[in-house]
Amino acid sequence: MRRPCAVATGLAVVLALLGGASTATVRAQAQGGAPPASAREAAPIDLTGYWVAYVTENWRYRMVTPPKGEYRRIPASPAALAVINAWDPAADAKAGLQCRGYGAAAIMSVPARLHVTWQDANTLRVDIDAGTQTRLLRFGAGQTPARPRSWQGDSTAQWERVAGPGGGGSLRVTTANLRAGYLRKNGVPYSERATMTEHMDLTPLPDGGQLLLVTTIVEDPVYLTGPYIVSPHFKREADGSKWNPTPCSSTW
Amino acid sequence: MLIHLVARRLAGLAVVVLLAPAAVQAQIIARPAQLDLTGSWAPLATEDVQNDSVPVDYLGLALTEEGRTRALAYDESQKSMIERQCQGWGAAYAVLGPFGLRITSQVDPVKHRIVSYTIGAWEDWMTMTIWMDDRPRPSAHALHTQAGFTTGRWEGGALTARTTHMKAGFIRKTGVPLSDEAVIDWRFFRHGDVLTVMMVATDPVYLEEPEIITKGFRMSPAPLDFRDPCVPGFEGREPGDPVPHFDPDRNPFVDEFAKLYNLPQDAVMGRRETLYPEYRARIKDSYVQPPPCTESCGVAGNFVRRRQQ
Repeated sequence: MRRPCAVATGLAVVLALLGGASTATVRAQAQGGAPPASAREAAPIDLTGYWVAYVTENWRYRMVTPPKGEYRRIPASPAALAVINAWDPAADAKAGLQCRGYGAAAIMSVPARLHVTWQDANTLRVDIDAGTQTRLLRFGAGQTPARPRSWQGDSTAQWERVAGPGGGGSLRVTTANLRAGYLRKNGVPYSERATMTEHMDLTPLPDGGQLLLVTTIVEDPVYLTGPYIVSPHFKREADGSKWNPTPCSSTW
Repeated sequence: MLIHLVARRLAGLAVVVLLAPAAVQAQIIARPAQLDLTGSWAPLATEDVQNDSVPVDYLGLALTEEGRTRALAYDESQKSMIERQCQGWGAAYAVLGPFGLRITSQVDPVKHRIVSYTIGAWEDWMTMTIWMDDRPRPSAHALHTQAGFTTGRWEGGALTARTTHMKAGFIRKTGVPLSDEAVIDWRFFRHGDVLTVMMVATDPVYLEEPEIITKGFRMSPAPLDFRDPCVPGFEGREPGDPVPHFDPDRNPFVDEFAKLYNLPQDAVMGRRETLYPEYRARIKDSYVQPPPCTESCGVAGNFVRRRQQ
């Protein structure tokens, strides 16, 4: 009679040591379900499909290129001002840097359509038609091999699953390893040391549609004095009939 | 027997946990179904929803013809009338205004359940109470107020609320109207010390499509208080004077904002198609970037720039 008791105690200790990372798995087991084999299986919300930007905020900064030198509502550092005032879209184009305004820290605010798919069981792929960009949101810590810096950087994703019978949840994405780019088309910069945290939430609309809200927090020790936080949102579309890939442009 | 049973269940559970790939375990974290929203939340002001109240700026709105006409008839001098000075703004101003949020909760002392959340008043905005106790909505003919009647519940880790029974008012300080038939749906998403409040305003009279505004706030360690008594005073209009307004076809400010930033008049007038990416293709060849900004180019709004002209 003592042996099972000792086993139980030992196993309880092992479980405790496994800690918070295994919370979801433990809960799934306690509820009688099998642990998810992949991020795709574990998804508490379905982000896949086509989405269109619904530009009801920051219209003047997103739908058109604002005046050179204007950086209102961005906590730009003194170091950023020199870059802002030196913005030269023609020089960017000549240098092959037309995509500076389409990097990860800005791309979700660019008026665009998104196409979200599972590239594989643990990688969520976000294609953006404006600028023809692709973001790969990789699940699992330590999955990212060393890569050169890029406009979209390296993104690590994690589901946040809501406990309780209602379910639901959100997606948390952290991004780093970026090429330096622009927060706005008129040359308000972020540096390659910038990092970004995003929270993606879904919510129903009164007309039966669905909205994707992307709360975006950009931090940059070089060109920002504090976090730059915006929350662009997207309406779900039935299909890709309006999908319209266009190249990056430094002037428009 | 009970010990045996527990031991067997724990053993099975441990085996599965140990065999589960480490990567999968790192993919999911549990999130409580309800979060603490109480406290002071400072506004971030990193998103521009009403361009610091330049007249005839209806950017980002999908107005009906009736809504556009009403908006063009609005004269800001109405707010100088003594009976309107302390009228305040409606519920939508929670995300349109410049202030932060001071949220408290009221708890049933017996059942220890939250009965309501209260968002504290500002100097020109009424307190909003979000009832969490499943109370029924009043009759459609019940009193309509600036704040309206709001009920809420937790859904998918966010506080979800709906406001009805609002007085006819505005959805922009520039006079864009919101009717007393409007409904506002709210979502309060908390991620760490960032609170994102989303407003979806639906109005069968003045809006062709819902107006969706999201505003960010950060938890403030210092308590915030935006209350300030409104004291009406003489501002050049005598009681009984006619209500200031414009003939909608002759609004003298109709192109002021558009000219200020070389914006298409269509967009400034709040037309539905201007909210979608394809509108950019339409204006690509006609848009001319304004001259470089030389003053007040930073966090100050264009209200400052306008005053300097």
